[in-house]
Formats: sequence, C-alpha cells, structure tokens
Amino acid sequence: MTIDLKTVKHISKLARISTDEKKANKLANDLNSIFKFIEALNELDTEKVEPLTSVADTKLRLREDKFEANNIRDKILKNSPDENKDYFVVPKVVE
Amino acid sequence: MSDITKLSLNELIKNIRNKKLSSTEITNSFIERSEKSKKLNTYVTDNFSSALEAAKIFDEKPNMDLKLPGIPIAVKDLFCTNGVRTTAGSNILNNFIPPYESTVTQSMWDEGAILLGKLNCDEFAMGSSNETSFFGNVQNPISENLVPGGSSGGSSAALAANLTPVTIGTDTGGSIRQPASFTGTVGLKPTYGSCSRYGIVAFASSLDQAGPMSQNVKDTALLLEVISKFDNKDSTSIDFKRNKYSSELTNNIKGLKIGIPNEYRVEGMPKEIEGLWKKGIEIIKDCGAKTVDISLPTTKYALPTYYIVAPAEASSNLARYDGVKYGFRSEGENLIDMYEKTRSEGFGEEVKRRILIGTYVLSSGYYDAYYLKAQKVRQLIKKDFDYVYNNVDAILTPSTPSSAFKIGEKTNDPVSMYLNDIFTVPVNLAGLPGISIPAGIDNKGFPLGLQIIGKPFDEQTILNIAYSMEEKINFKNNITDWWM
Repeated sequence: MTIDLKTVKHISKLARISTDEKKANKLANDLNSIFKFIEALNELDTEKVEPLTSVADTKLRLREDKFEANNIRDKILKNSPDENKDYFVVPKVVE
Repeated sequence: MSDITKLSLNELIKNIRNKKLSSTEITNSFIERSEKSKKLNTYVTDNFSSALEAAKIFDEKPNMDLKLPGIPIAVKDLFCTNGVRTTAGSNILNNFIPPYESTVTQSMWDEGAILLGKLNCDEFAMGSSNETSFFGNVQNPISENLVPGGSSGGSSAALAANLTPVTIGTDTGGSIRQPASFTGTVGLKPTYGSCSRYGIVAFASSLDQAGPMSQNVKDTALLLEVISKFDNKDSTSIDFKRNKYSSELTNNIKGLKIGIPNEYRVEGMPKEIEGLWKKGIEIIKDCGAKTVDISLPTTKYALPTYYIVAPAEASSNLARYDGVKYGFRSEGENLIDMYEKTRSEGFGEEVKRRILIGTYVLSSGYYDAYYLKAQKVRQLIKKDFDYVYNNVDAILTPSTPSSAFKIGEKTNDPVSMYLNDIFTVPVNLAGLPGISIPAGIDNKGFPLGLQIIGKPFDEQTILNIAYSMEEKINFKNNITDWWM
C-alpha cells in the first residue's frame, strides 16, 4: 500500500504537527520507504500468537495515595513558557 | 600525575582512596581537557563550576567507603538533573530545568559521584549517529567528520576522548552498544527492569533502559552495580536479586556454552565484520567456553517490528510536548494552532517522522494490521531467545554491521540509517542484557565491536565473558587528539 498526501495531512492533524505542502511530499516519500520495509512482517503467520505488550512480567504495585514532592510548585511553573503566578497560561480556548 | 584523564574509573578510585589524587585534581583535569575539546561538541550543558565546588566539599571530608568517591561524571542529556538544564537534544526542551532528579543519576551522586555536565545525544534518543540533535553533530574522536554513533553519541565521544572517566547512556534499540562499538569503548544495556526509568526523558517505554559506558569491562561492572536497583517510582522496575557485579567479576568462563546465531550472517555484511566475528569465536574458545551453532529464525523481522513498536510508543510519550506546561512554545491564532506550530517548530525532522509513523500505526483501521501484528512478532522474537537459552548461556554476535560512517553519509536515507541497529534491536525487543566490547579495527583503522547477549537478569555472565575476552583481545584505542 502507499501513503498519499491526503493521509500524511490527516495523520499530521491527528499528531498536532503542522505540515506544509513541500514537507508533506517529502514525508510521504520517507514514510512509503519505511512502510515498504515494514511490510515484511506480513510474511509471518501470527494468527495464533499472543501479542507481547511488555517483557517485564510484573503486576502493577499499589501504594498509599500520598505525595512526596514538597514545595516544587514554583519550580514547575517556572518551566512554563508563559509568565504567570499560580497557573499555566494558554491562548484563549472558549470564545 | 602526568595524565589523569587517561586513567580508568577503577584506577581513579584507587588513587583517591590512597590519597595520591584529590577529587579537585581529577575534576580539574577533566574540565581542562573538556574545555580544549569543544570542537567535538560533546557537551550540551556543562556543570563545571558546580562540579568544582562539589569536589572541594568532597575533599574537605572525603568518604572513601562510597563506590564512586569524588569521581566527576558527565551523563547523557536524557537524564533529568535537578536544577540543571535537560534538553533531550531537542529544541522543544531547550529551556527545561527539571525540578527533580532521575533515580539512576541520584544513585551515582549517592555513591559520591559529581555531575560534570550533560552530553549531546540524538533528539529524544531517536537516531544512530547523533545527527538529529538540535545542538548539532558530535565528532567521533577516532577521526574527523566521523559519527560517534547514536543516540548516546555525546556520551561515547566524551568517553573515548577522555572527557569523562565513565558515562551513562540509554538504549532503546542499540543506543549504548552501537556508539560504544563506533568509538572503541564498552557499553552495556541491562535487562529491561534493572535500572529505573524514573526521570529519564521517555522515548519508547517498553524498550528504554539506562546503562553504563566505560573504557573497560571492570569499570562497566562497577557502574552497573551502582545504577541497577529496584525503584518504586518506576512501575516496570523489577525486584530481583542483583549480583555484586564488580566483586563477582571473574575471567573464568570455562564450560560456558555460547550460541552463534546463523541468522546474524546478514546479506552484504562486510568481510571484516565476518572476520571479526570468527576471531571472537576463536577467542571465546581460547577462554575455555564452548560455542554452539544456534538459530534465531525471526531475526530479520526484528527491525520492522521495532519501527512499529518504538514510534507507536514515542508518538504517545511525546504527546505531552504541547507548549503549555514546559518547553518551547510558538505563537498561534488559537490553542490548536499553537499546538501544531509548537510541535512543528519544536521537533526536528526525524522525531516528527517517527511521531507520524507511530500515529499512523495506532490510528483507527491500521492498529491491527501494524501495531498488533508487531506485538505478535515481538512475541515470536522473544520466544526464539527463550528457546535457545535452554541450551546456551549467552550469545556472541557482531555489535554493528559496519564501522563508524562519515557525517552526512546516511542522513537522506532513513532505512539505511535504521539498518545500523540490526544486531542490537532484537535484544531490546526481548528485554535482554547485551554488552558491546571493542574487538578490532577495520582497514580504515576504525573500531569494531562484538556483542554478547545474556539471559534475562544474568548481567554477571555477559560481564564475565566480556572480561575474559577483553584480556585476550587487548584492544587499544588510537586517539590522536586531532581536534586540539
């Protein structure tokens, strides 16, 4: 199968990455060569194989619901791109 | 002492313990050499003045019982360091200052080590040549305009150039072992679940592992001993009984059975690699181990599987970079526009390519055909290893299908770049430990590595095999300081 321009634009939208026409063309080429390489997997019959999600054979552990990181709110907020005092600032969402 | 920076980690520790060297002298030496080596572009952020202060504090009241007493160490810029900028080689994290420390680096500081600086890497660890970093190429100290491998390329280059006595990298598909192979150094990827992923910028969570890189196997064993421990903060951390890797290190490998996988004789593999592998087989026999021909039939499907699984996980992990809570933000007409511009400008081309691959294979209608299929093939790859490990103790392969290549040589062809990891990727997919040791040079004089793959949680055996082979190979890196 081939990945066309329309598909590239669609997945760019899903991934929230703006892509202009020229870049989308190059991406389509790159993705097609990568997917051609990936298609090799179709040679294998995997109908009866269980999917492997993680090699770590562990059960999720439970812990008490308490926080350990004290007083780092300012440090966290300082990393945000927009200046503010108590919260993250984003462009207006609701008109 | 004439050249402190040429000493191994174990030699430095010995000199500190018997008070022939102070932490300040050692730290100063590495800083001075690093200052003269800016052309290699190994550091993204240095921590030199704080390191000197820490060394001074150590020297005033030295605690010699620690495992890394007063030893300065530079680390890959993928480890979050409290109060020290952490970029992951990306523009999108250009100004990010973590308010917390990764567990792995914390373990090193707890044992007396001192942060020397943050080392360049491929953007979000996605690359095999360090060419995708926002902060530019790294030069391989072996020769000018040669890549140092990737993604831990700043680490391998800084280590080979003696800018840090040891270092730590991360390995998702070969990112410790391939750069070690390209620079004539030792690099170990531990079993998945050995070293905590807490505080490491995530790429592909089911594959990522941190690991040591060093000049020799003994140093790797010691550093692994420091960083491999159970951590509650990582839900995939595994609580198993760890060996005392350095004190249990032995060159006695008599009677071990080493598998030689037929499928690693890939088409078009250079004769030199084939020759190196044969030499490795002879050496391992000389060391008293037996070799056994084995088959890992699904080997050729490992890379295609990896290029579905890793981008899928990356596309999810990197969804957090939206310009809101930290990192780079671009202006947009509205919130969605801001997201799209931020991510388009903040990420480099390779990262965007992988996010899009991941988004595609996870998208409605394609999930079963790609992602689920890859997870099933991953199961088969793991079963191949499970099966052969009924009969062998470890596996010997080349580390890479070629020596280091020129900067720019493979940047236009993603698939040829991906083929670099052909021998290392299966190990990540199966969650196994693997070590690369320098084993020879090619006709250009560039280093070549051999990889030893172990059973899960059996780092000790591959360290012992590597230690025993290292003695017989007696590899010496030829670094001419051409950049000074």
